[in-house]
Amino acid sequence: GRYQVTEGIISPVNDDYGKKGLVSARHRIAMAKLALETSDWIRVDPWESEQKKWTETVKVLRHHYNESLRSLQSTKEFTKNKQPIERSTEDSLSYQQPVLPELKLLCGADFLQTFKTPDLWKEEHIKEIVERFGLVCISRAGSDPAKYINESDLLTKFQHNIFLVKEWVQNEISATQIRYALRRGLSVKYLLPDSVIAYIAHHNIYTEASERKNEGDLLQPLKLHKTVNPLND
Amino acid sequence: MEDPDKKTEVVLLACGSFNPITNMHLRLFELAKDYLHETGKYKVIKGIISPVGDAYKKKGLISANHRVTMAKLATKSSDWVEVDDWESSQSEWLETLKVLRYHHQKLLSPDATNSLQNTVPLTKPGRKRKQEPNRHDPVKKKNQDPDIKSAPQVKLLCGSDMLESFWIPNLWKLEDITEILKSYGLVCISRAGNSIQKLIYESDILWKHKNNIHLVEEWITNDISSTKIRRALRRGQSIRYLVPDVVQAYIEKNNLYSPESEDRNAGVVLAPLQKNTSDSKN
Repeated sequence: GRYQVTEGIISPVNDDYGKKGLVSARHRIAMAKLALETSDWIRVDPWESEQKKWTETVKVLRHHYNESLRSLQSTKEFTKNKQPIERSTEDSLSYQQPVLPELKLLCGADFLQTFKTPDLWKEEHIKEIVERFGLVCISRAGSDPAKYINESDLLTKFQHNIFLVKEWVQNEISATQIRYALRRGLSVKYLLPDSVIAYIAHHNIYTEASERKNEGDLLQPLKLHKTVNPLND
Repeated sequence: MEDPDKKTEVVLLACGSFNPITNMHLRLFELAKDYLHETGKYKVIKGIISPVGDAYKKKGLISANHRVTMAKLATKSSDWVEVDDWESSQSEWLETLKVLRYHHQKLLSPDATNSLQNTVPLTKPGRKRKQEPNRHDPVKKKNQDPDIKSAPQVKLLCGSDMLESFWIPNLWKLEDITEILKSYGLVCISRAGNSIQKLIYESDILWKHKNNIHLVEEWITNDISSTKIRRALRRGQSIRYLVPDVVQAYIEKNNLYSPESEDRNAGVVLAPLQKNTSDSKN
């Protein structure tokens, strides 16, 4: 009863991320847009994919947070809410808080685990993500994100800002498996929106060749952090 | 190029409550079709969803009118799966075997509108058939096609729960199970391939007809049960992306599922149990 979700943003990663099988952002953005045509609150934002290089997640969060502040400032609501309002007077500063939106990172349980992958994340970024923004982590019956939190001092410290949501209706439609099915000419109907299926077919996006893209390359974050780390100490 | 061996035409029939229909139900058809085509021995020409009649008396079962309508909405975008309301319009509950027989006979009768010659769909605008990502063969004129065996088969499409239900006392008649396996066959989609194989092994009747039980592994877990959907709805939770958008909209508009609707038939004995226990007493 404490939150109202006003917007959902899907931010496809930049091509420069270098993940195996990653097709051009142009297509990934187009497909996400098609999938979200029927949603009245979730949208796709191409900012991250349009940057020249791969961008750390925390920077994407900062960008979208600043954007939401900017749009607030430009509306009259911001000035209106500077007047004291009829709310509980527990905290003299709290009347300002309802005005500022919070931006939270939405993810699956696997995501939490990746914090442990060497050189993938910068420690100070993880801290900023959980302290300043917050996580909403969706997990299935069977996975145990509470455990990952418990195993990390940093995550434990900010666990009040990590919301764990259990998904009781198991729906493990991974994009990897979808691409696998597509390469083999198997049906993915009812796993993806029809409009996305049609788009994929029309542009023949996922093939044996597309799956080999970036094969053997290091992920961009690993490349960057490796050069920064022990050699420079 | 096409396999020169003769292919058997298959119609997939799915019976069940469809209370409501979900993306999982729809996936069963796609998985079964791909599987049968990959064997090189079959050509799936049609899928039929046959929602059970209200006389089934299952707890929480809402009116067949709604269930049929939702299934029809859900299959609008499919060019080969359709809904049949014959079963649901009967005043008494019907054994699955009878539904299979009905559809098989309907398929074979010459004046059926769903006869072999008329399975070229192309009635939906904007459908780029040659762009479809699956590699199903283009439909040929059947009556001239020497590659197609003449008699199409109807197979019962189901999840592993139906197979497992064969063991529930008085739910199925043994002679019905036998004839279903012998004369029609099952296409059973499941995640737990090994445990289903074990069930088949442990049952003489299933083992005897195991060649007519096609087990299809579902690698992309899709556990969208209607029970969970109804539960989510009662709790005001979103079912978006679990059922087709049109179905979600219909449910919302008609306010179909509530604690009251879930209480329907509470305490009432399921029709097959009622029937089989009274029959066995005679």
